[in-house]
Amino acid sequence: MATLLICEHDNQSLKAATYAAVTAALALGAEVDLLVAGEGCAAVATQAAQIAGVRKVYLAEAAAYAQGLAENLTPLVLDLATDYSHLLAPATTQGKNLMPRVAALLDVGQVSEIVAIESPTQFVRPVYAGNALASVESLDPVKVITVRTTAFDAAPASGGNAEVASLTQVHDAGISRFVKEERAQSDRPELTAARVVLAGGRGMGNKEHFALLEALADKLGAAIGATRAAVDAGFVANDTQIGQTGKIIAPELYIGVGISGAIQHVAGIKDSKVIVAINKDEDAPIFQVADYGLVADLNEALPELAKAL
Amino acid sequence: MKVLVTVKRVIDYNVKVRVLADHSDVDLKNVKMAMNPFCEIAVEQAIRLKEAGVASEVIVASVGPSAAQEQLRTALAMGADRAILVETDEKLESLTVAKTLAKICESEQPGLVLMGKQSIDTDNNQTGQMLAALIGAAQGTFISEMRVSAEEVEVTREVDGGLQTLALRLPAVLTADLRLNEPRYAKLPDIMKAKKKPLEIKTPADLGVEVKANTRVLKVVPPAERQAGIKVSSVAELVDKLKNEAKVI
Repeated sequence: MATLLICEHDNQSLKAATYAAVTAALALGAEVDLLVAGEGCAAVATQAAQIAGVRKVYLAEAAAYAQGLAENLTPLVLDLATDYSHLLAPATTQGKNLMPRVAALLDVGQVSEIVAIESPTQFVRPVYAGNALASVESLDPVKVITVRTTAFDAAPASGGNAEVASLTQVHDAGISRFVKEERAQSDRPELTAARVVLAGGRGMGNKEHFALLEALADKLGAAIGATRAAVDAGFVANDTQIGQTGKIIAPELYIGVGISGAIQHVAGIKDSKVIVAINKDEDAPIFQVADYGLVADLNEALPELAKAL
Repeated sequence: MKVLVTVKRVIDYNVKVRVLADHSDVDLKNVKMAMNPFCEIAVEQAIRLKEAGVASEVIVASVGPSAAQEQLRTALAMGADRAILVETDEKLESLTVAKTLAKICESEQPGLVLMGKQSIDTDNNQTGQMLAALIGAAQGTFISEMRVSAEEVEVTREVDGGLQTLALRLPAVLTADLRLNEPRYAKLPDIMKAKKKPLEIKTPADLGVEVKANTRVLKVVPPAERQAGIKVSSVAELVDKLKNEAKVI
C-alpha cells in the first residue's frame, strides 16, 4: 500500500508545510504520491514532482477547487483513497478543515497533528496543550493523519522526477462558495516557517510598541508573533497568535518580549531551538523555559538591540 | 430555525495537567472540570442568534458522562432552551461523537449546528468537520464572524495568513474560534431557572450508535522539559551570546 499526501499551496507555489509533510509521509516507508488540487496550479504540480522521493503527482484543476473548499475537495480525495493505506495533510488550517471530513466518509478516525512516527500504525501526538504526549495506535484500515510540520524537517525540493497525472473528474458539491479573502500583506516570512520569530505579549502595552518589534524584525528577517493576550488587546492581527489554539512554531531563534509565559503560549514555542525572553518582571514564568533571559524595559532594550544587530 | 449547540466537559483551562506515573493517561481525579472554552463561545453565539430573532429554539447537546449535566445546566443558565445528554462512561472518539450528533440532527433537524473548533483536552479539532460530512452539510470551521440570511450563512474564517469569507447553504455546521464573541456569565436567577429547563438523557444505544474505537492509546508521557538557561545582564551580552554561543544570528 502507499501514502497520499494532500499538498498545501496557493495556486502559485507549494507552502513550506508541504515539504515537511513529505518527510513524514516518506517515514511511513511506503511509496508516496501527492495531490495538488486547485485552479491554474500546473506549475505547483511541476514543483511537487521535483521533491525527492515522490512517486507520482495527481493534478486536479477546476474553479471548484480554487480556494480549497472542503465540500468539493473531499469527494476528490475519496476518489483516490481506495489505493492508499495512509492519507496525510499538513496540520495547517487547510489540512485541519479538510481531513476530518474525508475520514468521516471513509468511516475511520483521524490522528491529528502527529509529531513522531513510531511505526506505520503508531504515532505520537501532543494532547492537553502539549502538556502530555500520547502514543496512539490507529486501528483503522486507512490511516487519516495530519502532520505538525514543525516536527519534521523539510524534504529536499529537488532530486525527484515524479510523473504528473491530470485528473479530469470535477466535483462541485454546490453547498459552499468563496466570497472573499483578506490576506495580511507582509514581506516578512510566514510565522510557522520563519527562521527567527519575534513575539510580543500583553507587556508590550500598546500597538505602537509593536513598531519597535517590527523595526527589529526587519533587521533579522524575522516573522512577528503574539500571545493571545496581545491579540485580544487588539495590538496585532488574530493570525499572529502563537500557542495551543493558535500557531505552533519551532524557529531557530524565538525572542519573546513582554510575555509572561502562560502554558498555552509556551505550548506553541517550546520546540524552538533557542528561546530568548525579555521582560521587566524577573519572576515571569517564561524565564523558566528561556535559554537567555534579559530583565529589562522593552522601551530601552528593543531600540538598543536593533542598534546592536 | 432551530439551532443545535454542542458542549464538552473537559479539564478546566487553568488546571496544570500531570501525567500519571504509570503513563496510562493524565491525572483526571479530583481536578476541576468545566465546559470546553470553545464550546462556551458556541453556546454564546447560539443564544445571540435567539436574541436576534434568527434562532427559534436553542438545543444544547453533550455526549459524555453523567456529570456533563453540570455543563448542560450552565448552557441552559446562559440561555439555551433545552438540553440532551447522550450518556456514556466510555471515552468516545470524535467519529463516534459525530455519529451520535448526526442522529440528534436527524431527529431535531436544526438549521445550524454550532460547535467549538477543538476541545482543550484531546486537541483533536475533528468533530465538527466529521459531523458536517456525515449529515452532508457545508462546514464553516474556525469562524470569527457570521451572518445568517434566508438560505445561507456567511462566515469569516480564521485561516493561516488572514481571513477567508465563505457563503454556506443551510443547514450548516460551524465551529467557533476564540474571537467569535465573549461568552456571558450566567446570572443567579438564570441558574435557578435553568434547573427547571428540560434535560433529556439518552444512551448511544438508544440512538442506534455503535461505540467503536478507532485508536488505542498505548502510553502517555510528559514532554521533555526545557531547562531554564541563564540571565544576561545587558543587551550587549545577549547579542554576544546569540552570535558566539548559540550562533543563531
